[in-house]
Amino acid sequence: MASAKEVKQTLFGPIFANNPIALQILGVCSALAVTSTLDKTLVMCIALTLVVAFSNLFISIIRNHIPSSVRIIVQMTIIASLVIVVDQILKAYAYDIAQELSVFVGLIITNCIVMGRAEAFAMKEPPMMSFLDGIGNGLGYSIVLLTVGFIRELFGSGSLFGYQIFSLISEGGWYTPVGLLVMPPSAFFIIGGFIWVLRVFRPEQVEAKES
Amino acid sequence: MSKSNDSISKTFTVVIALCLVCSIIVAGSAVGLKSKQEANAALAKQVNILNTAGVDREGRAADVVFAERVRVAAFNQQTGELQAFDTLTAMDQHLANVAILSGVDGAQQAGVRDMRAEIPVYAVTDAEGSVQTYLMDIRGAGLWGMMYAYLAVEPDGQTIRDIYFYQHQETPGLGGEIQNPRWTANFKGLTAVNSNGEVVIEVAKGAGNRDNGVDALSGATITSNGVNNTLQFWLSDSAYGPLLAKLREQGAIL
Repeated sequence: MASAKEVKQTLFGPIFANNPIALQILGVCSALAVTSTLDKTLVMCIALTLVVAFSNLFISIIRNHIPSSVRIIVQMTIIASLVIVVDQILKAYAYDIAQELSVFVGLIITNCIVMGRAEAFAMKEPPMMSFLDGIGNGLGYSIVLLTVGFIRELFGSGSLFGYQIFSLISEGGWYTPVGLLVMPPSAFFIIGGFIWVLRVFRPEQVEAKES
Repeated sequence: MSKSNDSISKTFTVVIALCLVCSIIVAGSAVGLKSKQEANAALAKQVNILNTAGVDREGRAADVVFAERVRVAAFNQQTGELQAFDTLTAMDQHLANVAILSGVDGAQQAGVRDMRAEIPVYAVTDAEGSVQTYLMDIRGAGLWGMMYAYLAVEPDGQTIRDIYFYQHQETPGLGGEIQNPRWTANFKGLTAVNSNGEVVIEVAKGAGNRDNGVDALSGATITSNGVNNTLQFWLSDSAYGPLLAKLREQGAIL
């Protein structure tokens, strides 16, 4: 059984030390698409975390029986099934958000974080550790998305979770929203800024200069 | 163990077993949650209808308000008959079995391929029970796909009260602006058809200066043309035209 230190490392490592978005630059597309409002972002984060955790768990359980010639197909089948189940649950219990997210929930299947963790971790490690690794990476993804979503919704629409924080000029208030932040490309700048700040505090993440 | 993993028989066994398990899980979740999803979809439809009609729900559940304030009916555009239904579900089931017409005048232009011999009408009443708004369920092709909308008219059968696109695939920020209340506000109070039943409303570039015209959305010409074609078709004699004529002649129906 894994030691407590290993568990902690697996669970919390991906949040800052080995963040899937900031260090590995994986899964950026969905970070652009779903971060315009925080409630959408939160649902997407939960969905992705669950999918990574359970795909890691199931792949790890059957890892000793997966023929290496078809392993990617086996992983994809498991991931795709989980994503469809998540999509069905969202449609049943969070209909409004599912309507807005629809395409992007389906696109979790192609999210590199899920495939990356299945291939790099779950194929080698025991089920419990793989599950924790999935949760950890989901949290790492979530923290970046929530930061981006927070900035975009607060400064782009003057609200958080749909509640108006800054009164907008168009409704007689004082705040002029930053139009750029409503558009998906702004997430690029924010993620860039996030990576920059992270690397100021953790210089070991800076890549060596190419000669 | 790993040696036998790559044998052909083991590969097939694993793949087939996995596919079976996954398909059972996926099918199970789809079937198990279906009733809940359909209830959600029906509720969303009722919310859209009530919102388009401008009904204040006062915090009450949409299905309760809907049952109280909305009368549903199927309209046969050829015979002019109206068949009332008690519930939305009953009407939807009835409409699903109505024959699909082919070669309807103008349907091609609007991109409507599945025009049925009967179409839904929603009569929304005020708290006292007199009908304030008639809602028509219209659709037409935009740039990327079908655009679905509710068009609300006053009981005079001429004046537009509101239009709401509840489902579309247009580009957000360009064609997607058909959902923007600031744009749809332009339709309010315009005359859709004149007293002779001719469709007079138009959506076109620069039409905002004309009577009963709405400016096209900038950067979304094909979407705007689609909205125009949709209105021209659904207000014409092939679709809701006879209903509007009936409203003009007889006053409130339903």
